[in-house]
Amino acid sequence: MLVARGLGKRYGEKRVLRGIDLELSRGGFLVVTGANGSGKTTLLRICAGLAQPTEGRIERDAERAQVGYLAHEPLVYRELSALENLELYGRLYRVPERRERIGMLLERYGLWDVRHDRVADYSRGMTQRLALCRTLLHDPALLVLDEPFTALDESGAALLDAQLAELRGERTLMVSTHDPGRVASLATARLELAA
Amino acid sequence: MTYARDVGALARKDLLLELRARDTLPAMLLFVVSTFVVFHFSLPAHPSRLAASGLLWVAILFTALLGLGRAFVPEREQRVLDGLVLAPCDRSAIWLGKSIATLAFLVAAEVVALPVYALFFRPLSGAAVLGVALADVGICAVGTFLGAMAVTTRARELILPLLFLPLAIPIVIGGVGSGAADSPGRYLGFLVLYDLLFAVVCWASFEYVVAE
Repeated sequence: MLVARGLGKRYGEKRVLRGIDLELSRGGFLVVTGANGSGKTTLLRICAGLAQPTEGRIERDAERAQVGYLAHEPLVYRELSALENLELYGRLYRVPERRERIGMLLERYGLWDVRHDRVADYSRGMTQRLALCRTLLHDPALLVLDEPFTALDESGAALLDAQLAELRGERTLMVSTHDPGRVASLATARLELAA
Repeated sequence: MTYARDVGALARKDLLLELRARDTLPAMLLFVVSTFVVFHFSLPAHPSRLAASGLLWVAILFTALLGLGRAFVPEREQRVLDGLVLAPCDRSAIWLGKSIATLAFLVAAEVVALPVYALFFRPLSGAAVLGVALADVGICAVGTFLGAMAVTTRARELILPLLFLPLAIPIVIGGVGSGAADSPGRYLGFLVLYDLLFAVVCWASFEYVVAE
Protein backbone atom coordinates (compact mmCIF):
# COMPACT_ATOMS: atom_id res chain seq x y z
CA MET A 1 0.00 0.00 0.00
CA LEU A 2 1.17 3.50 -0.78
CA VAL A 3 -0.29 6.62 0.84
CA ALA A 4 0.91 10.18 0.30
CA ARG A 5 -0.52 13.32 1.87
CA GLY A 6 0.39 16.87 0.88
CA LEU A 7 3.54 15.70 -0.86
CA GLY A 8 5.85 18.43 -2.11
CA LYS A 9 9.42 18.73 -3.29
CA ARG A 10 11.69 21.71 -3.70
CA TYR A 11 15.20 21.86 -5.10
CA GLY A 12 16.48 25.08 -3.56
CA GLU A 13 14.09 27.81 -4.66
CA LYS A 14 12.55 25.69 -7.37
CA ARG A 15 9.34 23.88 -6.48
CA VAL A 16 8.83 20.76 -8.60
CA LEU A 17 5.95 19.12 -6.76
CA ARG A 18 3.16 20.53 -4.62
CA GLY A 19 0.28 19.18 -2.51
CA ILE A 20 0.06 15.69 -3.97
CA ASP A 21 -2.37 13.29 -2.30
CA LEU A 22 -2.56 9.71 -3.43
CA GLU A 23 -3.65 6.38 -2.13
CA LEU A 24 -2.78 3.15 -3.85
CA SER A 25 -3.94 -0.10 -2.32
CA ARG A 26 -2.06 -3.39 -2.67
CA GLY A 27 -2.60 -4.74 -6.18
CA GLY A 28 -3.64 -1.32 -7.47
CA PHE A 29 -2.50 0.19 -10.76
CA LEU A 30 -1.95 3.95 -10.76
CA VAL A 31 -1.29 5.81 -13.99
CA VAL A 32 0.50 9.14 -13.60
CA THR A 33 0.21 11.63 -16.43
CA GLY A 34 1.24 15.22 -16.91
CA ALA A 35 3.14 17.53 -19.19
CA ASN A 36 6.92 17.67 -19.30
CA GLY A 37 8.25 19.27 -16.12
CA SER A 38 5.10 18.56 -14.11
CA GLY A 39 7.06 16.48 -11.59
CA LYS A 40 6.20 12.92 -12.67
CA THR A 41 9.76 11.66 -12.32
CA THR A 42 10.23 13.42 -8.96
CA LEU A 43 7.00 11.87 -7.65
CA LEU A 44 8.06 8.43 -8.83
CA ARG A 45 11.52 8.83 -7.29
CA ILE A 46 9.91 9.73 -3.96
CA CYS A 47 7.54 6.76 -4.17
CA ALA A 48 10.44 4.42 -5.00
CA GLY A 49 12.39 5.71 -1.99
CA LEU A 50 15.13 7.41 -3.99
CA ALA A 51 14.25 10.92 -2.83
CA GLN A 52 12.72 12.42 0.26
CA PRO A 53 9.82 14.89 0.06
CA THR A 54 10.43 18.36 1.45
CA GLU A 55 6.74 18.70 2.37
CA GLY A 56 4.05 16.23 3.38
CA ARG A 57 4.51 12.58 4.21
CA ILE A 58 4.53 9.25 2.43
CA GLU A 59 3.88 5.79 3.78
CA ARG A 60 4.80 2.66 1.90
CA ASP A 61 4.46 -0.89 3.14
CA ALA A 62 7.03 -2.23 0.68
CA GLU A 63 10.63 -2.30 1.90
CA ARG A 64 13.57 -1.30 -0.27
CA ALA A 65 14.10 -4.89 -1.40
CA GLN A 66 10.50 -5.09 -2.61
CA VAL A 67 10.60 -2.03 -4.86
CA GLY A 68 11.34 -2.29 -8.58
CA TYR A 69 12.17 1.05 -10.18
CA LEU A 70 12.45 1.69 -13.89
CA ALA A 71 13.99 5.10 -14.54
CA HIS A 72 14.59 7.18 -17.64
CA GLU A 73 18.14 5.84 -17.58
CA PRO A 74 18.54 2.06 -17.64
CA LEU A 75 20.68 1.97 -14.43
CA VAL A 76 23.01 -0.63 -15.96
CA TYR A 77 26.74 -0.53 -16.72
CA ARG A 78 27.46 0.04 -20.40
CA GLU A 79 30.78 -1.81 -20.33
CA LEU A 80 29.27 -4.96 -18.82
CA SER A 81 27.11 -7.49 -20.63
CA ALA A 82 23.41 -8.00 -19.89
CA LEU A 83 24.27 -11.18 -18.03
CA GLU A 84 26.96 -9.50 -15.90
CA ASN A 85 24.65 -6.60 -15.03
CA LEU A 86 21.81 -8.88 -14.00
CA GLU A 87 24.22 -11.15 -12.07
CA LEU A 88 25.39 -8.12 -10.08
CA TYR A 89 21.86 -6.94 -9.29
CA GLY A 90 20.77 -10.50 -8.59
CA ARG A 91 23.50 -10.85 -5.97
CA LEU A 92 22.73 -7.48 -4.36
CA TYR A 93 18.99 -8.27 -4.25
CA ARG A 94 19.70 -11.84 -3.04
CA VAL A 95 17.48 -13.29 -5.76
CA PRO A 96 16.83 -16.99 -5.13
CA GLU A 97 17.63 -19.29 -8.08
CA ARG A 98 19.27 -16.26 -9.67
CA ARG A 99 20.56 -17.91 -12.84
CA GLU A 100 17.21 -19.45 -13.72
CA ARG A 101 15.38 -16.17 -13.11
CA ILE A 102 17.90 -14.19 -15.20
CA GLY A 103 17.71 -16.74 -18.01
CA MET A 104 13.91 -16.64 -17.99
CA LEU A 105 13.79 -12.83 -18.18
CA LEU A 106 16.44 -12.58 -20.89
CA GLU A 107 14.60 -15.20 -22.91
CA ARG A 108 11.26 -13.47 -22.46
CA TYR A 109 12.59 -10.06 -23.47
CA GLY A 110 14.50 -11.40 -26.46
CA LEU A 111 18.00 -10.74 -25.12
CA TRP A 112 19.19 -14.30 -24.59
CA ASP A 113 21.23 -14.45 -27.80
CA VAL A 114 23.03 -11.18 -26.99
CA ARG A 115 23.44 -11.82 -23.26
CA HIS A 116 27.26 -11.78 -23.50
CA ASP A 117 27.43 -8.57 -25.58
CA ARG A 118 28.36 -5.26 -23.96
CA VAL A 119 25.35 -3.06 -23.22
CA ALA A 120 27.19 -0.23 -25.02
CA ASP A 121 26.60 -2.16 -28.24
CA TYR A 122 22.84 -2.46 -27.65
CA SER A 123 20.26 -0.27 -29.36
CA ARG A 124 18.18 2.06 -27.16
CA GLY A 125 15.25 -0.35 -27.35
CA MET A 126 17.37 -3.34 -26.32
CA THR A 127 18.76 -1.36 -23.41
CA GLN A 128 15.21 -0.53 -22.32
CA ARG A 129 14.33 -4.25 -22.46
CA LEU A 130 17.35 -4.96 -20.26
CA ALA A 131 16.24 -2.22 -17.87
CA LEU A 132 12.87 -3.97 -17.62
CA CYS A 133 14.63 -7.26 -16.85
CA ARG A 134 16.61 -5.47 -14.10
CA THR A 135 13.43 -3.98 -12.65
CA LEU A 136 11.59 -7.32 -12.59
CA LEU A 137 14.57 -9.45 -11.53
CA HIS A 138 13.76 -9.61 -7.80
CA ASP A 139 10.00 -9.99 -8.37
CA PRO A 140 9.16 -6.74 -6.56
CA ALA A 141 5.86 -6.15 -4.74
CA LEU A 142 5.80 -2.47 -5.76
CA LEU A 143 6.71 -1.55 -9.33
CA VAL A 144 7.43 2.09 -10.12
CA LEU A 145 7.84 2.53 -13.86
CA ASP A 146 8.80 5.88 -15.34
CA GLU A 147 7.66 5.99 -18.98
CA PRO A 148 8.35 2.29 -19.53
CA PHE A 149 7.31 2.27 -23.20
CA THR A 150 10.06 4.71 -24.17
CA ALA A 151 12.23 3.42 -27.03
CA LEU A 152 10.45 0.07 -27.26
CA ASP A 153 9.42 -1.15 -30.71
CA GLU A 154 6.02 -2.72 -31.30
CA SER A 155 7.08 -6.20 -30.21
CA GLY A 156 8.82 -4.81 -27.11
CA ALA A 157 5.76 -2.73 -26.22
CA ALA A 158 3.50 -5.77 -26.72
CA LEU A 159 5.74 -7.78 -24.37
CA LEU A 160 5.45 -5.06 -21.76
CA ASP A 161 1.67 -4.87 -22.24
CA ALA A 162 1.46 -8.60 -21.55
CA GLN A 163 3.80 -8.30 -18.55
CA LEU A 164 1.74 -5.49 -17.02
CA ALA A 165 -1.49 -7.41 -17.56
CA GLU A 166 0.10 -10.40 -15.85
CA LEU A 167 1.29 -8.35 -12.88
CA ARG A 168 -1.94 -6.40 -12.46
CA GLY A 169 -3.74 -7.36 -9.29
CA GLU A 170 -0.74 -9.36 -8.03
CA ARG A 171 1.65 -6.45 -7.66
CA THR A 172 1.17 -2.77 -6.90
CA LEU A 173 1.99 -0.73 -9.98
CA MET A 174 2.66 2.95 -10.53
CA VAL A 175 3.29 3.91 -14.14
CA SER A 176 3.98 7.33 -15.60
CA THR A 177 3.26 7.74 -19.28
CA HIS A 178 2.49 10.22 -22.02
CA ASP A 179 0.20 7.64 -23.60
CA PRO A 180 -2.39 6.80 -20.91
CA GLY A 181 -4.60 5.08 -23.48
CA ARG A 182 -2.06 2.26 -23.68
CA VAL A 183 -2.63 1.23 -20.05
CA ALA A 184 -6.18 2.58 -19.58
CA SER A 185 -7.74 -0.86 -19.46
CA LEU A 186 -5.38 -1.94 -16.67
CA ALA A 187 -5.49 1.18 -14.49
CA THR A 188 -7.42 1.31 -11.23
CA ALA A 189 -6.60 4.97 -10.59
CA ARG A 190 -5.21 7.96 -12.44
CA LEU A 191 -3.30 11.00 -11.25
CA GLU A 192 -2.78 13.98 -13.50
CA LEU A 193 -0.05 16.38 -12.46
CA ALA A 194 -0.41 20.02 -13.37
CA ALA A 195 2.63 21.74 -14.89
CA MET B 1 29.24 -12.76 5.45
CA THR B 2 26.53 -11.34 3.19
CA TYR B 3 28.12 -7.91 3.59
CA ALA B 4 31.49 -9.29 2.49
CA ARG B 5 29.84 -10.94 -0.54
CA ASP B 6 28.20 -7.63 -1.51
CA VAL B 7 31.51 -5.78 -1.18
CA GLY B 8 33.25 -8.49 -3.21
CA ALA B 9 30.64 -8.34 -5.99
CA LEU B 10 30.87 -4.54 -6.18
CA ALA B 11 34.69 -4.47 -6.17
CA ARG B 12 34.85 -7.25 -8.77
CA LYS B 13 32.46 -5.27 -10.98
CA ASP B 14 34.80 -2.23 -10.85
CA LEU B 15 37.84 -4.35 -11.71
CA LEU B 16 35.94 -5.89 -14.62
CA LEU B 17 34.88 -2.44 -15.85
CA GLU B 18 38.51 -1.28 -15.81
CA LEU B 19 39.63 -4.43 -17.57
CA ARG B 20 37.13 -3.66 -20.35
CA ALA B 21 37.46 0.11 -20.62
CA ARG B 22 41.11 0.55 -19.55
CA ASP B 23 40.68 4.24 -18.97
CA THR B 24 41.94 4.68 -15.40
CA LEU B 25 45.02 2.56 -14.72
CA PRO B 26 46.92 3.40 -17.94
CA ALA B 27 46.32 7.11 -17.28
CA MET B 28 47.56 6.77 -13.70
CA LEU B 29 50.66 4.88 -14.82
CA LEU B 30 51.50 7.35 -17.55
CA PHE B 31 50.99 10.28 -15.20
CA VAL B 32 53.12 9.00 -12.33
CA VAL B 33 56.02 7.88 -14.52
CA SER B 34 55.92 11.14 -16.52
CA THR B 35 55.96 13.13 -13.27
CA PHE B 36 59.11 11.36 -12.10
CA VAL B 37 60.78 11.89 -15.47
CA VAL B 38 59.92 15.63 -15.36
CA PHE B 39 61.22 15.94 -11.77
CA HIS B 40 64.35 14.01 -12.69
CA PHE B 41 65.30 16.40 -15.47
CA SER B 42 64.04 19.62 -13.89
CA LEU B 43 65.65 19.32 -10.47
CA PRO B 44 69.34 19.35 -9.50
CA ALA B 45 71.02 15.95 -9.28
CA HIS B 46 70.92 14.18 -5.92
CA PRO B 47 68.19 16.10 -4.10
CA SER B 48 68.10 15.79 -0.31
CA ARG B 49 66.26 12.91 1.32
CA LEU B 50 63.47 15.24 2.45
CA ALA B 51 63.09 16.86 -0.98
CA ALA B 52 63.05 13.48 -2.74
CA SER B 53 60.45 12.19 -0.30
CA GLY B 54 58.32 15.27 -0.99
CA LEU B 55 58.48 14.59 -4.75
CA LEU B 56 57.30 11.05 -4.18
CA TRP B 57 54.26 12.24 -2.23
CA VAL B 58 53.30 14.92 -4.72
CA ALA B 59 53.34 12.27 -7.45
CA ILE B 60 51.38 9.71 -5.40
CA LEU B 61 48.74 12.20 -4.32
CA PHE B 62 48.01 13.55 -7.78
CA THR B 63 48.09 10.08 -9.34
CA ALA B 64 45.53 8.97 -6.76
CA LEU B 65 43.44 12.03 -7.53
CA LEU B 66 43.39 11.00 -11.18
CA GLY B 67 42.00 7.58 -10.25
CA LEU B 68 39.56 8.98 -7.70
CA GLY B 69 38.20 11.43 -10.25
CA ARG B 70 37.26 8.50 -12.49
CA ALA B 71 35.97 6.26 -9.69
CA PHE B 72 32.27 7.12 -9.99
CA VAL B 73 32.19 7.90 -13.72
CA PRO B 74 30.53 4.56 -14.68
CA GLU B 75 27.84 5.17 -12.05
CA ARG B 76 27.30 8.75 -13.21
CA GLU B 77 26.97 7.93 -16.90
CA GLN B 78 23.81 5.85 -16.56
CA ARG B 79 22.80 6.98 -13.07
CA VAL B 80 23.63 3.45 -11.94
CA LEU B 81 24.17 4.81 -8.44
CA ASP B 82 20.35 4.98 -8.14
CA GLY B 83 20.17 1.26 -8.89
CA LEU B 84 22.83 0.46 -6.30
CA VAL B 85 21.25 2.73 -3.68
CA LEU B 86 17.88 1.01 -4.14
CA ALA B 87 19.39 -2.45 -3.63
CA PRO B 88 18.72 -3.87 -0.16
CA CYS B 89 22.41 -4.25 0.68
CA ASP B 90 24.06 -1.97 3.24
CA ARG B 91 24.94 1.23 1.36
CA SER B 92 28.38 1.39 2.92
CA ALA B 93 29.19 -1.71 0.84
CA ILE B 94 29.14 0.55 -2.23
CA TRP B 95 31.81 2.75 -0.65
CA LEU B 96 33.93 -0.19 0.54
CA GLY B 97 33.75 -2.01 -2.81
CA LYS B 98 34.72 1.15 -4.68
CA SER B 99 37.54 1.91 -2.20
CA ILE B 100 38.98 -1.58 -2.63
CA ALA B 101 38.92 -1.29 -6.42
CA THR B 102 40.52 2.18 -6.32
CA LEU B 103 43.15 0.86 -3.92
CA ALA B 104 43.92 -1.95 -6.36
CA PHE B 105 44.49 0.58 -9.18
CA LEU B 106 46.68 2.78 -6.98
CA VAL B 107 48.78 -0.15 -5.78
CA ALA B 108 49.16 -1.37 -9.38
CA ALA B 109 50.39 2.08 -10.41
CA GLU B 110 52.83 2.15 -7.49
CA VAL B 111 54.25 -1.27 -8.34
CA VAL B 112 55.66 0.45 -11.42
CA ALA B 113 56.14 3.93 -9.94
CA LEU B 114 58.19 3.07 -6.85
CA PRO B 115 61.01 1.27 -8.74
CA VAL B 116 61.10 4.20 -11.20
CA TYR B 117 61.38 6.59 -8.25
CA ALA B 118 64.18 4.48 -6.74
CA LEU B 119 65.99 4.49 -10.08
CA PHE B 120 65.77 8.27 -10.59
CA PHE B 121 66.13 9.52 -7.02
CA ARG B 122 67.00 7.23 -4.10
CA PRO B 123 66.11 3.73 -2.91
CA LEU B 124 63.11 3.47 -0.60
CA SER B 125 63.44 2.10 2.93
CA GLY B 126 61.08 -0.56 4.24
CA ALA B 127 59.43 2.07 6.46
CA ALA B 128 58.84 4.33 3.44
CA VAL B 129 57.16 1.49 1.51
CA LEU B 130 55.04 0.68 4.57
CA GLY B 131 54.17 4.38 4.80
CA VAL B 132 53.03 4.34 1.15
CA ALA B 133 50.87 1.27 1.77
CA LEU B 134 49.24 2.81 4.85
CA ALA B 135 48.72 6.12 3.08
CA ASP B 136 47.08 4.33 0.14
CA VAL B 137 44.37 3.01 2.45
CA GLY B 138 43.62 6.49 3.79
CA ILE B 139 43.73 8.10 0.35
CA CYS B 140 41.27 5.59 -1.09
CA ALA B 141 38.92 5.62 1.92
CA VAL B 142 38.64 9.41 2.05
CA GLY B 143 38.92 9.97 -1.70
CA THR B 144 36.18 7.50 -2.58
CA PHE B 145 33.87 9.05 -0.02
CA LEU B 146 34.50 12.54 -1.40
CA GLY B 147 34.24 11.21 -4.97
CA ALA B 148 30.70 10.03 -4.23
CA MET B 149 29.88 13.48 -2.84
CA ALA B 150 31.41 15.26 -5.82
CA VAL B 151 29.78 13.08 -8.49
CA THR B 152 26.34 14.56 -7.85
CA THR B 153 27.56 18.15 -8.20
CA ARG B 154 27.88 20.15 -11.40
CA ALA B 155 31.50 21.20 -10.81
CA ARG B 156 32.64 17.72 -9.78
CA GLU B 157 36.10 18.02 -11.40
CA LEU B 158 36.79 21.03 -9.17
CA ILE B 159 35.01 19.86 -6.04
CA LEU B 160 36.96 16.62 -5.58
CA PRO B 161 40.47 18.15 -5.40
CA LEU B 162 39.19 21.08 -3.34
CA LEU B 163 37.75 18.72 -0.74
CA PHE B 164 40.38 16.01 -0.96
CA LEU B 165 43.68 17.89 -0.85
CA PRO B 166 43.15 19.58 2.55
CA LEU B 167 42.14 16.24 4.05
CA ALA B 168 45.22 14.61 2.50
CA ILE B 169 47.68 16.95 4.27
CA PRO B 170 48.00 14.61 7.30
CA ILE B 171 48.72 11.75 4.88
CA VAL B 172 51.57 13.73 3.32
CA ILE B 173 52.98 14.58 6.75
CA GLY B 174 52.85 10.93 7.81
CA GLY B 175 54.17 9.69 4.48
CA VAL B 176 57.10 12.11 4.26
CA GLY B 177 57.94 11.42 7.91
CA SER B 178 57.89 7.65 7.44
CA GLY B 179 60.33 7.95 4.54
CA ALA B 180 62.64 10.70 5.80
CA ALA B 181 62.64 10.66 9.62
CA ASP B 182 65.26 8.78 11.61
CA SER B 183 62.57 7.13 13.73
CA PRO B 184 59.61 6.56 11.39
CA GLY B 185 57.56 4.57 13.95
CA ARG B 186 55.44 7.45 15.18
CA TYR B 187 54.68 8.59 11.63
CA LEU B 188 53.55 5.09 10.72
CA GLY B 189 51.43 5.02 13.86
CA PHE B 190 49.96 8.37 12.85
CA LEU B 191 49.01 6.94 9.43
CA VAL B 192 47.38 3.90 11.05
CA LEU B 193 45.35 6.23 13.27
CA TYR B 194 44.34 8.37 10.28
CA ASP B 195 43.26 5.28 8.32
CA LEU B 196 41.18 3.92 11.19
CA LEU B 197 39.54 7.22 12.03
CA PHE B 198 38.60 8.17 8.49
CA ALA B 199 37.60 4.65 7.46
CA VAL B 200 35.11 4.51 10.33
CA VAL B 201 33.77 8.02 9.60
CA CYS B 202 33.37 7.30 5.87
CA TRP B 203 31.85 3.88 6.46
CA ALA B 204 29.30 5.25 8.93
CA SER B 205 28.30 8.33 6.96
CA PHE B 206 28.27 7.07 3.36
CA GLU B 207 24.55 6.36 3.62
CA TYR B 208 23.90 10.11 3.95
CA VAL B 209 26.10 10.96 0.99
CA VAL B 210 24.07 8.88 -1.47
CA ALA B 211 20.63 9.61 -0.04
CA GLU B 212 18.74 12.46 -1.72
